[in-house]
Amino acid sequence: MINSKIKGVLLEVKNLTVEVGGKRLLRGVDMVVREGETHVVFGPNGSGKTTLVNAIMGLPEYKVVEGDIIFRGDSILDWSLTKRAKSGIGLAFQHPPVVEGVSLGVLLKTIVPDEKTSREIAREARMENYLEREVNVGFSGGERKKDELLQLLAQAPQFVMFDEPDSGVDVDSIKLMVGIIRKILQKNKPIRERKNGGIIVTHSGVILEEIHADKGYVIVNGKLLCSGPPLDIFDQVKNYGFERCIKEANESEKSG
Amino acid sequence: MKVKKVDKNLEEEIAGLDRVGFDTKGETERSGSFLVTDDKTTESESKEENLVVMPISFALEVYDWAKDLLFSIVDRGKDEYTKEVASQKELVGSFTYVKKGAKIEAPFQSCFFLHDQGFRQVLHNIIILEPNSELNIITGCATGNLVSVGSHIAVTEMFVRKGAHLTYTMIHDWGSKTIVYPRAAVDVAEGAIFNSNYIALTQVKEIQSNPTAYLSDRASAKFNSIIYGKDGSSFDMGARGILNGENANCEIVSRVASRNSKVTLRAYIEGNGKNTKGHTECNGLLLDDRSSVTAIPELKASNIDTELSHEASIGKIAGEQLNYLMSRGLDEETARALLIRGFLEKGISGLPPSLKKKADKLIEVAASSESV
Repeated sequence: MINSKIKGVLLEVKNLTVEVGGKRLLRGVDMVVREGETHVVFGPNGSGKTTLVNAIMGLPEYKVVEGDIIFRGDSILDWSLTKRAKSGIGLAFQHPPVVEGVSLGVLLKTIVPDEKTSREIAREARMENYLEREVNVGFSGGERKKDELLQLLAQAPQFVMFDEPDSGVDVDSIKLMVGIIRKILQKNKPIRERKNGGIIVTHSGVILEEIHADKGYVIVNGKLLCSGPPLDIFDQVKNYGFERCIKEANESEKSG
Repeated sequence: MKVKKVDKNLEEEIAGLDRVGFDTKGETERSGSFLVTDDKTTESESKEENLVVMPISFALEVYDWAKDLLFSIVDRGKDEYTKEVASQKELVGSFTYVKKGAKIEAPFQSCFFLHDQGFRQVLHNIIILEPNSELNIITGCATGNLVSVGSHIAVTEMFVRKGAHLTYTMIHDWGSKTIVYPRAAVDVAEGAIFNSNYIALTQVKEIQSNPTAYLSDRASAKFNSIIYGKDGSSFDMGARGILNGENANCEIVSRVASRNSKVTLRAYIEGNGKNTKGHTECNGLLLDDRSSVTAIPELKASNIDTELSHEASIGKIAGEQLNYLMSRGLDEETARALLIRGFLEKGISGLPPSLKKKADKLIEVAASSESV
């Protein structure tokens, strides 16, 4: 029997089946992310990528109807959103909401009470000038993505999910954001010292040139269809779209 | 003029009136102070030559014309409370008078304090700003630490003469069994400006207030209220803007969060003059099923060239925002408190910076005591 604690498994998803409002959006997904690993999930719009990360985070409308999510050896299905976050799971939302009346500075101070640290984090994300502004109110798409990373820096999770971190971000900001994602994933540390891990959801894959991942997946219609070396998966998606993966999956299903 | 006879055992409680903006320690700059404890005027002071501050009873002796102002814009027979004020043999209350053209920079502070359990405080206040003068008033109303039962009944009549500018901020912190019936009116003369801010964030038994602004040509009035009703409180609050003059305008904006309390927000604007404009806006946040928020906007136009509008919305805390904050590790209580604080703070964006800071702090404290 494999003991996931000993083997350094950070997160394990077993036969995960998720419904939102009675509609099944994810079916029987399996995935194992070890400490220090980064996994990449590709898929067309509406395929279930966001459902996967939101269900792991524990957003209440995402109901796990089958399967399990195991974080550092413990099933977390009964854990509240807060407990998951406090235990070291973090998510950069694809579409973060606006939080009217709450300034970014106040939110940051609530996440990291130490003012010096929160100021340093804001400087690192080049968002010192945003601290007085209400969270995400009037932010451009790119600013919202940057704000997500800023909040994750403050939260400092061990298992972190980035949902389309690069969409809508301009070329100048990409470099900064890649740097922050690398830092959160401890990419600058020697491999053996890396304890953090995570999932990057993307449908472009450009980000992979800067952030090397260990494994790639394609999700279509809520099912995890192909997996393999991320750049190979990306090449396949780039050259043939998601069709080839769907075809391969259908064939393997037929051959049994 | 200076009247100071603060009872020793009161000193500590009076020092605590800082919570409603009444500074007794000299930490913030003030142009003057006026304090009524129960029915005694315990402080009446002006630091400015052009700002006259005295008890209303003194003013009636000093200025012949002062008596003509009493019940000149508030109807003495309006209700049992105005009648009670009118029937007082010895008047208690403040008289604040700014001379022509004087621009008083530092705020003037006044406070009406209930110290004895069960005391019924009955007041008549007069405020006059002569033409082209300016004044910023901070009024705090509070009960003592050990007082829960009490009554505060006050008629306040304000006269903002031609081109003058009055900012009037009232912070309430009453006891859980206090009943409060202010009856106020303001005459806003030609080209004058009246800005009212009202902040009430603590428990009270019942408050009923609906001040009226009468506006002449090019006069402007703005009423901004932030209310956090909680723990069995009942608020019936409102404002009325009567746009009589040409090009007069009035805005009534309220923000209210309600937890186990009943809040009614009234707004009435009447456009009688040519090219007048009025707008009311009410945002309610309902925090549980034991509460209610009722928004009653009312507009009356009697001139074809008046432009009146109202907006009102009542909702609950958005689940999406709550989940978002909880996904950062905030527990539900902290996340709710942050959202309530954010909702109320949206209402203070127009306050002067020093006051905004004060209000900010009050809101933070009120919201953090939120229990889920």
